[in-house]
Amino acid sequence: MRFVLNGKTVDVRAHPMKRLLDVLREDCGLTGTKEGCGEGECGACTVLLNGQPVNACLVPCAHARGARVTTIEGFRGRHALQDAFVKEGATQCGLCTPGLIVAASTLPRDATPDEVRLALAGNICRCTGYAAIYRAINRARRARRTGLPAGAPRAPGKRAKVGRAGLPRRSARTAAKRARAGP
Amino acid sequence: MRTAISSLELLEPRSLRDALVMLRDEGPLVPMAGCTDLYVSLNFGTLTGSRFLDLSRLDELRGVSRRGACLSIGALTTFTDIQRSAEIRRRLPMLASAAAQIGGRQVQNRATIGGNIANASPAGDSLPVLAAAEASVVLLSHDGQRRIPFVSFFTGYRQSVRRPDEIIVAVEVPPVDGRQWFRKVGTRAAQAISKVVMAAVRGERPRVALGSVAPTVIRVRQTEEILASNGSLADAQQMLLTEIAAIRDIRSTATYRRRVAANLLAQFWRETAHAG
Repeated sequence: MRFVLNGKTVDVRAHPMKRLLDVLREDCGLTGTKEGCGEGECGACTVLLNGQPVNACLVPCAHARGARVTTIEGFRGRHALQDAFVKEGATQCGLCTPGLIVAASTLPRDATPDEVRLALAGNICRCTGYAAIYRAINRARRARRTGLPAGAPRAPGKRAKVGRAGLPRRSARTAAKRARAGP
Repeated sequence: MRTAISSLELLEPRSLRDALVMLRDEGPLVPMAGCTDLYVSLNFGTLTGSRFLDLSRLDELRGVSRRGACLSIGALTTFTDIQRSAEIRRRLPMLASAAAQIGGRQVQNRATIGGNIANASPAGDSLPVLAAAEASVVLLSHDGQRRIPFVSFFTGYRQSVRRPDEIIVAVEVPPVDGRQWFRKVGTRAAQAISKVVMAAVRGERPRVALGSVAPTVIRVRQTEEILASNGSLADAQQMLLTEIAAIRDIRSTATYRRRVAANLLAQFWRETAHAG
């Protein structure tokens, strides 16, 4: 079975009903994709299938045939989100981290705090709260906007105001802009 | 994972015609598409059947189109497709709402409306919407096609009138007059299996459908009658409790479900009281 894995064409001999999760971990040797619940609740096994986040524990590998699959290894440790998760300490046991980063990578640039929370509703972290995770996602988005690496130290006094859930309070100007643009 | 994969067989038809021939000649086969329910059973070793028919490449079963006055939603249309469809957001906003609350994004990207119907779970979140909208299920076999009114499609807990040689190809929704309302109550706001789910329409003839309170999705016709004849909300709530058959299970108690169902009816009636 042939598919494109992290940009490279691969050929795998596997039963068509084998879970994509097991094909990635056992046949392709990529163990960054984790198994959590095995029932589509936790999102630890999130990968991108043709650019869309899916639970690899619920995908028969037959459905990956001819498709593009991106795993956490495809981010090569250099993605702004990876850097931001490290800088914000947004990880504890780490099992949910690859899935969270893969899922968060598909967020539109202008997603509101609520949209971020909704988009990550399928990724569960059982160690801690989500505050540091949302902070990291926000940091990565800020980094992409300014073009600075996500790890760059922030200028003193310029720290974004952070709301209850670790997400920045939207400035009045952005809120007004958003209201004009409609939903 | 608790299922031996090597004992399973997957047939991969290239066309709808191929699929129908395989169903007739090589059955029994379990049709599969988004796999978001099927693979949960596979992972837990509770799979029924060992031979599967993959419908996922039959692109003609995907997408939303018009069929006369009806909206035809192809069986392979995912809940992400449904949320993005301008036609559905305009004509059937309660379905767009339900689609946004079925699992997380990862599930919505894969799960199909045909699968939600075929599973016939009492907790299927799109089902009360389709029942309230008086949709029809379009079944196709090698011998021909038939249309089944939505509520007569289900015959019992996870049972339906679908024959083993048939597949669901689409669901057709006639125009819905009146204000649409949907609410799901689960353990958390996002991504949970429903404890009670209700879809309702407030028009000349109010329609109320519920999930997770009986072996199948149900329409509560006598409750609707009371609402239609301007009876009191309290009477309608009393009637609702006689029409549902809430049970206690791992997700909730019967008492909680009854209380919530009555509250949802009140919320629906209050929130749709004024046009707009």
